[in-house]
Amino acid sequence: MNGKRITIFSGHYGSGKTNIALTYALAERAKGKRVAIADIDIVNPYFRTKDSEAMLAEHGIRLICSEYANTNIDIPALPQDIYAIVDDRSLTCILDVGGDERGALALGRIAPAIREEDDYDMIFVANRYRPLTATVEGAMEVLHEIEAACGLRFTAIVNNSNLGAETTAEDVLSSVAFGEALSKASGLPLVATAVTEPLARALSGRMAGLYPIRLQKHL
Amino acid sequence: MAEKVLMKGNEAIAEAAILAGCRHYFGYPITPQTEVAAYMAKRMPKIGGTFLQAESEIAAINMVYGVSATGKRVMTSSSSPGISLKGEGLSYLAGADLPALVVNVQRGGPGLGGIQPSQSDYFQATKGGAHGDFHMIVLAPASVQEMAELTVKGFDLADKYRMTAMILADGTMGQMMEPVSLDFAEGEKVEKPWATNGTKMARPHNVVNSLFLKPEQLEKTNFERFERYETIKQNEVMYEEYMMEDAEICVVAFGIASRVSKNAINEARAKGIKVGLIRPITLWPFPEKAIAAAAEKVKKFISVELSMGQMIEDVRLAVNGKAPVTLCNRTGGMIPEPEQVLAAITEAAK
Repeated sequence: MNGKRITIFSGHYGSGKTNIALTYALAERAKGKRVAIADIDIVNPYFRTKDSEAMLAEHGIRLICSEYANTNIDIPALPQDIYAIVDDRSLTCILDVGGDERGALALGRIAPAIREEDDYDMIFVANRYRPLTATVEGAMEVLHEIEAACGLRFTAIVNNSNLGAETTAEDVLSSVAFGEALSKASGLPLVATAVTEPLARALSGRMAGLYPIRLQKHL
Repeated sequence: MAEKVLMKGNEAIAEAAILAGCRHYFGYPITPQTEVAAYMAKRMPKIGGTFLQAESEIAAINMVYGVSATGKRVMTSSSSPGISLKGEGLSYLAGADLPALVVNVQRGGPGLGGIQPSQSDYFQATKGGAHGDFHMIVLAPASVQEMAELTVKGFDLADKYRMTAMILADGTMGQMMEPVSLDFAEGEKVEKPWATNGTKMARPHNVVNSLFLKPEQLEKTNFERFERYETIKQNEVMYEEYMMEDAEICVVAFGIASRVSKNAINEARAKGIKVGLIRPITLWPFPEKAIAAAAEKVKKFISVELSMGQMIEDVRLAVNGKAPVTLCNRTGGMIPEPEQVLAAITEAAK
């Protein structure tokens, strides 16, 4: 997460990609950049970036999102302006790629252009409290499936281990070893541990690499 | 797995089914329950189980019939329109006295409707669900933890009474994520001497069938089945009471509606209104005795539902005219806000 023109967040569904992507988009926007956030999740029916449409508009962040998101049109549609991500190089783009390898397949459509430009980061968001990514082996399996589906390699890992609203500081601290082991197994740098703002305050000074995130409101 | 994990309700159902010994899953994708199938597709091959995406919901429920006949624990899941398609199979399972777990993560209807949460399949689930004289045991979880626990319970009850147990959840329960402890005992083991699992030349053939050549025989079987239902009504009713000790108003709600209602009740209590909640956990058998007992002291009932008012009919039957019963509802995929329920409580308190 170091200011590349395109930053892609992906991982197992429910890993917390959307909240991290939103937080990162706001931070990039705060630097004065022209920012777009693209929700190319074709899997998840309910919790979408579109839930934050008003907040994004307020901050002047462009939302690239299927017009069918959050409606009853239950089809895996991509946004029509998805090509703006690769065609408009004056945009700083944050991509929220959903739902395992099935979701990542959609990214494959623009992956050749992203590879050619070569100004991107692809972040694997991992939550060790999710059952299918509870072990390094399980997380590596999902990581490799996503890479194979979209045709892009991850460049970094964000540890977003959490138990939702019940997450304690100890839950976060005890997940650090998992993040480090995943980093070692994948050969990718562990660039941050994402936590909610209250947990970031509680953990301040107790661990390095904290990335405080703001949570999207839904339902 | 003693440690808590963060799961979607749909995943909790799938993992709990595996913990309960289910090794056969047949289904077909439909929002908002598809994660049950997706999870089974990943897990079953790793544990020597069978995951099969059937060509339709009808095929899936008939595969359930086949595996159940062999005595193995088996399940299918779907959402409202898909459950309608399974109707014929549900009736055949009942006619053959076969145990099965069927999950309905409800969405708005009728018709193709929408993909947002609903509770409008209450009639379908609790009054039989298809043709013929039969019932299913219907379990209504109100948390991701309960999605897991009631799945195990559902398998146990299905085996014990040789019938279908249905998890009647809704899109919210299926999609929301909460920490879950999966540290519960594996389900009860029930002997199944009726199973068609090979005679080994040591016993007569077992026959699993729902066709009766003589009406006298079918009538006798139906009478026997309904005697079993009476036993279930006596022994298996589950419900939660919340702040009912001194309540003058009783909210009745299940699933996501009960969570919204609890928030509203807490706010009403803060304003001095004596209101409580009865949350049916089994929708069939319905906690009619608990509601009848409450009707002896409560002045008004409010049924909170994500439908045009279906459970309210069972509430009225249980209240038996002793107090007025009103409806507080949203439908079509909309969820009542606590403010709406609070307004209904405030109105009832006047």
